Amino acid sequence: MATERPHLAVIGAGPAGLAASLAAAAHGVRVTLIDSAAGAGGQFYRRPPAGLGARRPEALHHRWRTWRRLGDALAARVEAGTIRHLADHHVWCVEPVERAELVVHALLGPLQEEPVTVRADAVLLATGGYEKVLPFPGWTLPGVVTAGGAQAMLKGGLVVPGQRAVVAGTGPLLLPVATGLAAAGVEVAALVESADPKAFLRRPVALAAHPAKVAEGVRYGARLLRHHVKVLPRHTVVAAHGEQRLDAVTVAALDTHGRVGPGTERRIACDTLAVGHGMLAHIDLAESLGCRIDGLNVAVDEEQRTDVPGVWAAGETTGIGGAALSLAEGHIAGRSAAARLTGTRPDPHTWARAARSRRRAREFFAALDTVYAPPAHWTDQVTDETVVCRCEEVTAGAVRKAVDELGAGDVRTVKLLTRAGMGWCQGRMCEPAVAGLAGCEQTPARRLLARPVPLGVLARAGDPEDD
Amino acid sequence: MVGAACALYAARSGLDVTLVDRGPVAGGTTGAGEGNLLVSDKEPGPELDLALLSGRLWADLAEELGEAFEYEAKGGVVVAATPEGLTALETFAAGQRAAGVEAVPVAADQLHTLEPHLAPGLTGAVHYPQDTQVMPALAAAHLVRASGARLLTGRTVTEVLRTADGAVRGVRTDRGDLHAPVVVNAAGTWGAEVAALAGVFLPVLPRRGFVLVTEPLPRRVRHKVYAADYVADVASDSAALGTSPVVEGTAAGPILIGASRERVGFDRSLSLPAVRALAAGATRLFPFLTDVRALRTYLGFRPYMPDHLPAIGPDPRVPGLFHACGHEGAGIGLATGTGRLIAQVVAGRTPDLDLTPFRPDRFPKEAG
Repeated sequence: MATERPHLAVIGAGPAGLAASLAAAAHGVRVTLIDSAAGAGGQFYRRPPAGLGARRPEALHHRWRTWRRLGDALAARVEAGTIRHLADHHVWCVEPVERAELVVHALLGPLQEEPVTVRADAVLLATGGYEKVLPFPGWTLPGVVTAGGAQAMLKGGLVVPGQRAVVAGTGPLLLPVATGLAAAGVEVAALVESADPKAFLRRPVALAAHPAKVAEGVRYGARLLRHHVKVLPRHTVVAAHGEQRLDAVTVAALDTHGRVGPGTERRIACDTLAVGHGMLAHIDLAESLGCRIDGLNVAVDEEQRTDVPGVWAAGETTGIGGAALSLAEGHIAGRSAAARLTGTRPDPHTWARAARSRRRAREFFAALDTVYAPPAHWTDQVTDETVVCRCEEVTAGAVRKAVDELGAGDVRTVKLLTRAGMGWCQGRMCEPAVAGLAGCEQTPARRLLARPVPLGVLARAGDPEDD
Repeated sequence: MVGAACALYAARSGLDVTLVDRGPVAGGTTGAGEGNLLVSDKEPGPELDLALLSGRLWADLAEELGEAFEYEAKGGVVVAATPEGLTALETFAAGQRAAGVEAVPVAADQLHTLEPHLAPGLTGAVHYPQDTQVMPALAAAHLVRASGARLLTGRTVTEVLRTADGAVRGVRTDRGDLHAPVVVNAAGTWGAEVAALAGVFLPVLPRRGFVLVTEPLPRRVRHKVYAADYVADVASDSAALGTSPVVEGTAAGPILIGASRERVGFDRSLSLPAVRALAAGATRLFPFLTDVRALRTYLGFRPYMPDHLPAIGPDPRVPGLFHACGHEGAGIGLATGTGRLIAQVVAGRTPDLDLTPFRPDRFPKEAG
């Protein structure tokens, strides 16, 4: 083993994981890139499977050239044998074993039954993020999809979710979703944004530093105009309607306090509602490793190291910030891991460009965060009958009762008293909603298993005979 | 849980009760437990007496509130895999029967009538009809509500207030003082800290446990089923990992697999060896579980005492201070009896059980 190159396991093949793998492999480290999807790229660079014969997948993407560069470099590294790419591997746990060794436990294939383990000298978590959706009456109707889900359908399957759509919620993701749907031939009846993006224009400092982002915003604006998409800032969807499936939504204007203005409700007919309220980081693996969590994100130092020896983290898992930030963080993490694994001192000057780009992207997203937010009083619209936890079918009324009558003041206690968050998704979907209804901060959920594991696999996990 | 039960019985004996917790209701070990009300794992002695008293009180409470906290008298089944194991188990059960426990021997050929999905090849078992289940967080919350006590959550006790002659006169919290001539320390795993605030030594240590929870299933495990070596694990003094899974179905559908035990301080990271051992033990007892998925695992810290008995009763070192903590993994089950005994001694009445074995000052200062 002494003569072999040190081995880094990178979990997640989105922008952060790809950048990290390439940077590490270029600096003397053997990399195993482990990802749950069939192809590399993550959610951001999601592409249709080759079998669908898409002629211009790039039409749905910006920064397609960046993806081409990363994808080609990955192919070359795989060819050269310095990166091993394990697709369709679903990681459920990273286990620190003896000194300076970690074991990645994964389940193979779509059924996720067959166990696979990867032993490595260090692990880099690039597990990305997932979409946050807050409930409202009717949100469980067929036809209501997440904004990211709508985009994934477009990018991955070239499937158009409906004929007449409303895009709603808050956050920068709504723009590409609305323009993407419109470009694919869906009539986008409205883009309903609870924030006032114009407030962003009043932050000239943030904007002046990011001319590319301004240009991007202007491009989306132009596309919305071209497709006649009506933009409703400071509005919110208060209810979705339909018998068997969605046929309309009610939207309403928000006052300056984030409350629905009486008498401003209007009904918009649609068969699709794409809704999203921002993103949350996937931090399960870091939590079970005992990494320090800062708010709802994995805490890292300047080199993207967590406080657990041998564990790095990069991309959305350390804080939501988009693809450019993920690329920068991934690059730095890969460089740092390579240096430390090969016994050289990491020299931040050699990644100064990435560090600059990381700083600027973090500033930009911090500014975005001050603008995009769900309505302050969104819970006012959630009736007691509205299902909050879809897995366990727990209503808002049950959550309120646990808080008002049984002394629950936090998400965990609400979960214990109502079962909200105990089902298949383990609260990933409903935690922000439960926190809002309970009137408390959302805190890390401590999901020690990152995904469901057959007990037969668990019973043998780490058994040396299986390796 | 123990604090909720103390509040309930104290309030019902006519006292004005305030319940203070630095977290929410059931935020400590209660929320991380399985809700076992077991007599089967206890050898004859003071703890079993307390378990039997508690079991009767739980049954009374269940008539008022049982549905609210998922009270289910499902019974326990302790299985033995070897003839030697069975002999030891039957001897143990005979002693328990003499102390008032219902313990019914089950022959190997009767085992699958009781539990159809058990593994083949087991040598026999003992059925304990008194073993019962509650949902612990719901039980705590509903007992608090039924007590009518003033509930102050998110409030940390920072000091035990004393009079000039040393008697308790209340507690200081981070949000104001609470005056009372009696303070009950029901801080569970953190009971040593509260005792220290009153200047007394009480050696409560954390003993970590993991529980595995499966996907929801139709009822296939009818009782609380565990292997005979569980009892040895519970009674063990070792700091090392011990696991002997208790497997049981729940009203909500998932199967709970519990009972790893190790003393590692308050380490909250995942221990794969602990959950691996739980999964291995559970699949040995119930082979069908091999293909069932664990959805999650959670951990808690049991309040471990060096002699495995809780501290219950007045602290002779500080007049007005009472302790009700250190129940290790049996706190849910023993809560009602503890609450009743505390209410009795606070009111100056003779308690239902002799509290001598539970004396809070039984540990020499240097121990632990």
